[in-house]
Amino acid sequence: MSRPLGTRDGWFLRSYTWVVIAWLSLPILVMVVFGFNDTTSKFNFVWQGWTLHWYRDLFAIPDLTTALVNSITIAVIVTLASVVLGTMIGYAMGKYRFRGRGALDLVLFANVAAPEIAMGTGLLSLFLSLGIPRGYWTVVIAHIMFDIVYVAITVRARMAAFDKSLEEAAHDLGAGAFTTFRLVTFPVLLPGVVAGALLAFALSIDDFIITDFNAGAMQTFPLWVYGSSRVGTPPQVNVMGTLIFGFGILLVLANTLLLRRSRRQTRSRSLVDDAGLAEEPVAS
Amino acid sequence: MRKRLAPYWLVLPGGLWLAVFFVIPMVVMVMVSFESGSLESGFTLTGDWHNFTSMIDHYHDQLIRSFKYGLVTTVITIMLAYPMAYWIAFRGGRHKSTYLFLILLPFFVTFVIRTISWQFLLADDGILLGHLKDWGLLPEGFHVIATSYAVIGGLVYNFLPFMVLPIYVALERIDRSLLEAASDLFASRRAAFTQVVLPLSLPGVFAGVILTFVPAASDYVNASILGGTGQIMIGNIIETLYLTNSDYPHAAALSSILLAALLLGIFVYAKALGTKDVMDVSAG
Repeated sequence: MSRPLGTRDGWFLRSYTWVVIAWLSLPILVMVVFGFNDTTSKFNFVWQGWTLHWYRDLFAIPDLTTALVNSITIAVIVTLASVVLGTMIGYAMGKYRFRGRGALDLVLFANVAAPEIAMGTGLLSLFLSLGIPRGYWTVVIAHIMFDIVYVAITVRARMAAFDKSLEEAAHDLGAGAFTTFRLVTFPVLLPGVVAGALLAFALSIDDFIITDFNAGAMQTFPLWVYGSSRVGTPPQVNVMGTLIFGFGILLVLANTLLLRRSRRQTRSRSLVDDAGLAEEPVAS
Repeated sequence: MRKRLAPYWLVLPGGLWLAVFFVIPMVVMVMVSFESGSLESGFTLTGDWHNFTSMIDHYHDQLIRSFKYGLVTTVITIMLAYPMAYWIAFRGGRHKSTYLFLILLPFFVTFVIRTISWQFLLADDGILLGHLKDWGLLPEGFHVIATSYAVIGGLVYNFLPFMVLPIYVALERIDRSLLEAASDLFASRRAAFTQVVLPLSLPGVFAGVILTFVPAASDYVNASILGGTGQIMIGNIIETLYLTNSDYPHAAALSSILLAALLLGIFVYAKALGTKDVMDVSAG
């Protein structure tokens, strides 16, 4: 291992990195801790002692509960749909060269690079022109629109590590197209699909800007919380945020552990060379 | 024959979805920009540029502010992210993915809650400033909330991981033997950095710039939660014009102006670098 910088710089950069990580974690800590705050004021800014009150009364605000349920069900529907559609695109782009591939590539890039506000207002303009009322399903449509792209990119990255001669070998050994996909292609693709699904779920449940323009009077969790920021955010929001945070961490850790185990198995059976791509938990 | 059609069948459903709900809406939005009228009297296509010129006349301050905040955010983010990404890539050792995971931690908390947490932290009598004032370390009248520092701080906080990740990926890809070669050829550590590491990491920086600048310049959540009337950004205006005033033609014109300005920048960028690099790095 070469050392581009001497050890003296090492401890400095190490402490620097930890300071930034601490700074990044600070608001998370505030969110978690103030979910336990025994506050009576409308503004949950001042620490007044520990309580589990807000965990017990988690669903005491009906509108907030509805918003959270909307967010969760939307994220589930959107994840299922975009995993199917996105995997098909990612697989096709990774495996075939075809006319229009360049154009599709450009659309994917534009979707990642375009400002959310333009995608949100664009879609709203379409719905307004067609006279389609905004609500739950327009938000589902909007979320699928950006999630397809992230799944496609994740799966395509996984395809890049896929040895195409494996499919040919299966075919030569008499396996049909479906059997080949099920037994050869899909297991290799799976970590990419799972990573894409986690990313799609996280992006959907967290989305604010595109949802803001296309939700009409319907509320999702981020929309409700945004609205509450002017009149005082109740501690239940902290508790729900904490639970979503914990759930997300658990999912990613579980995924990492499963991947590690399946990789070990794969290695011991020495079926497929460890490609090492898409093994990092992708979350953003 | 069937085989040659396979990629098209795979791409069709997702591709159609993206065409109808991503590409066409942009065209519709630009068309609406050329309309005039009101919600009551209906909108008619006029075909003149009046909406664009009047929006620039009215809101050039907010437009300029948005680009300024976006730029400042991006520069600060590069300065914060680079040393961290460097240290993790070259010195992270076995714990690289743990460090990356810690940097991604904020993404497990809803974007709006993260920003509200800063509102908690920076509130005039909140846990941070309140205590510092009690201890006499800050004058009573001192405040951060509703200043440009609060808004830019929020933007830097929210988008920092988008800069760290692509820079890290680019640094991680650098062939370590190049550094050995540099040191064998008697390059000083500084020369090895400026002539080998830095140029090879630039694609990561470029990807990070797009991923940071675009959402920062078009954001309105930070300005609305952490800023005051003096920090209104172009996103806030677009939101108000669409959702409060229902002044769709002017809103669409303003959104198109923002999109055009950002796209122009991105495509000049992507042209110079090739979209593949940017996509690769942003997909992790």
